[in-house]
Amino acid sequence: MALKTWKELPIGCVVSEPGSASEYHTGSWRSQRPVWNDAKCIKCGICYVFCPEGCVQQAENGFFKANLDYCKGCGICAHECWPRAISMVEEG
Amino acid sequence: MGKRVGLEVTVAVAEAVALCRIDMAGGYPITPQSHIAEHLSNLVADGVLDAEFVTVESEHSAMSAVIGASATGARSYTATASQGLLLMNELLPIASAMRLPICMAIANRAVSGPLNILNDHSDIMPQRDTGWITLFAENGQEAVDLSIQAFKIAEHKDVMLPVCVNIDGFQLTHMVEPVEMPTQEEVDKFLPPFAPHATLHPAKPVTMGAFAMSDYFAEIMKAKDEAIKNSKKVILEVWDEWGKMFGRNYKAVESYRAQDAEILMLTMGSMGETAQVAIDELRDKGIKAGLVKLRLWRPFPFEEIRAALKNAKKLIVTDRACSFGGPGGPVFSEIKSALYAGDHHPAIYNFIYGLGGRDVPVQDFTGMFEKVIADTDNKAKDTYEFWGVRE
Repeated sequence: MALKTWKELPIGCVVSEPGSASEYHTGSWRSQRPVWNDAKCIKCGICYVFCPEGCVQQAENGFFKANLDYCKGCGICAHECWPRAISMVEEG
Repeated sequence: MGKRVGLEVTVAVAEAVALCRIDMAGGYPITPQSHIAEHLSNLVADGVLDAEFVTVESEHSAMSAVIGASATGARSYTATASQGLLLMNELLPIASAMRLPICMAIANRAVSGPLNILNDHSDIMPQRDTGWITLFAENGQEAVDLSIQAFKIAEHKDVMLPVCVNIDGFQLTHMVEPVEMPTQEEVDKFLPPFAPHATLHPAKPVTMGAFAMSDYFAEIMKAKDEAIKNSKKVILEVWDEWGKMFGRNYKAVESYRAQDAEILMLTMGSMGETAQVAIDELRDKGIKAGLVKLRLWRPFPFEEIRAALKNAKKLIVTDRACSFGGPGGPVFSEIKSALYAGDHHPAIYNFIYGLGGRDVPVQDFTGMFEKVIADTDNKAKDTYEFWGVRE
């Protein structure tokens, strides 16, 4: 997406497309990713509740994973997961 | 044409703002502004003005409330002074970045400490770089006229910026002055309804005041700078229109007996009228003295200032605030900067005066002229002095 010049900016930088923030993929900020060990997961959903980005999703089988387009790798899910089913793994 | 009536300036300003048919006002009491908000709230309570008056718990909330109201498309107004303006500081650049045409009166008052409720310009000067169009009134009539013009300037489609009208606290705000109030019909003719550039409305959702990272921040700052620079054209057009309609003409820079003056003084705000008397006294003594008055502080009128000062051999810049540990007064540094880019460089002197409401009689102004005239070899040029302080 080409960046706008100062002349092309809408007055007051009003964003006229609702929900356009989803086009901004914050996953590029990440240095570590959360990896779930489903053998330890009890499907309590605490990772889903605590994720500040709202990017933890529950699959049909009841287990969880992060949408890596938006996951910033903050590690809150891993910190809160009391069965210790989530580990933070360095991005290559 | 309206009738000339004796009115306290704050009341006259509130009446003028009511004539602009504001939709919303938000205010918090602070001396010497309080009468503006108080009178507006009376007008709303009495059913004279069909507007929402929002009482808030601080000036931070007052500015937040007018930002929110303006974003919905309401013509919004507030007034403050001193500490109240400082408390608003965080919101001021947001209002201008969001391009919300809010209008505000500032009843200029010294900032603490020590605590002082009287007049100088130490409240507005730290707000210089917030992106607000900044006007200074010299008397009650100007305070009224500028308060109405402010909405027309702010809401012009090529401007869409907040405007503050500076009215010297007590020296102007609490004086009963003869004021010619325009009629409702005249103001309706002069000021069209507010047509916002965008509004917060559930039927057409938009995001205002969104986050911006380093990839866009500089472009947004550049756009804001260009917007306020370009507003000068509209300001001059609005003043031209006002002059034709009401017979009172406004310029970015006013001159008094300055045409052939060899030594000029520059003032901003209410001190100009006293300085005028001093000029007359000096002229009677055969001294070629003149006065230049700066009405438009932002956007700064560079060309007009250079034109007004082009014949002066000596120039006295007066300031009602100090940039501590800096070049002296903020007006002084601005004028020096404007002249640096030009071809004409008069010997320039700076007096910082009238701080915390200290009275400045005519003889103080003549005294400044005498001191600068006595400096025949310009030894004291480029210096600043706290006028009249006890040594």
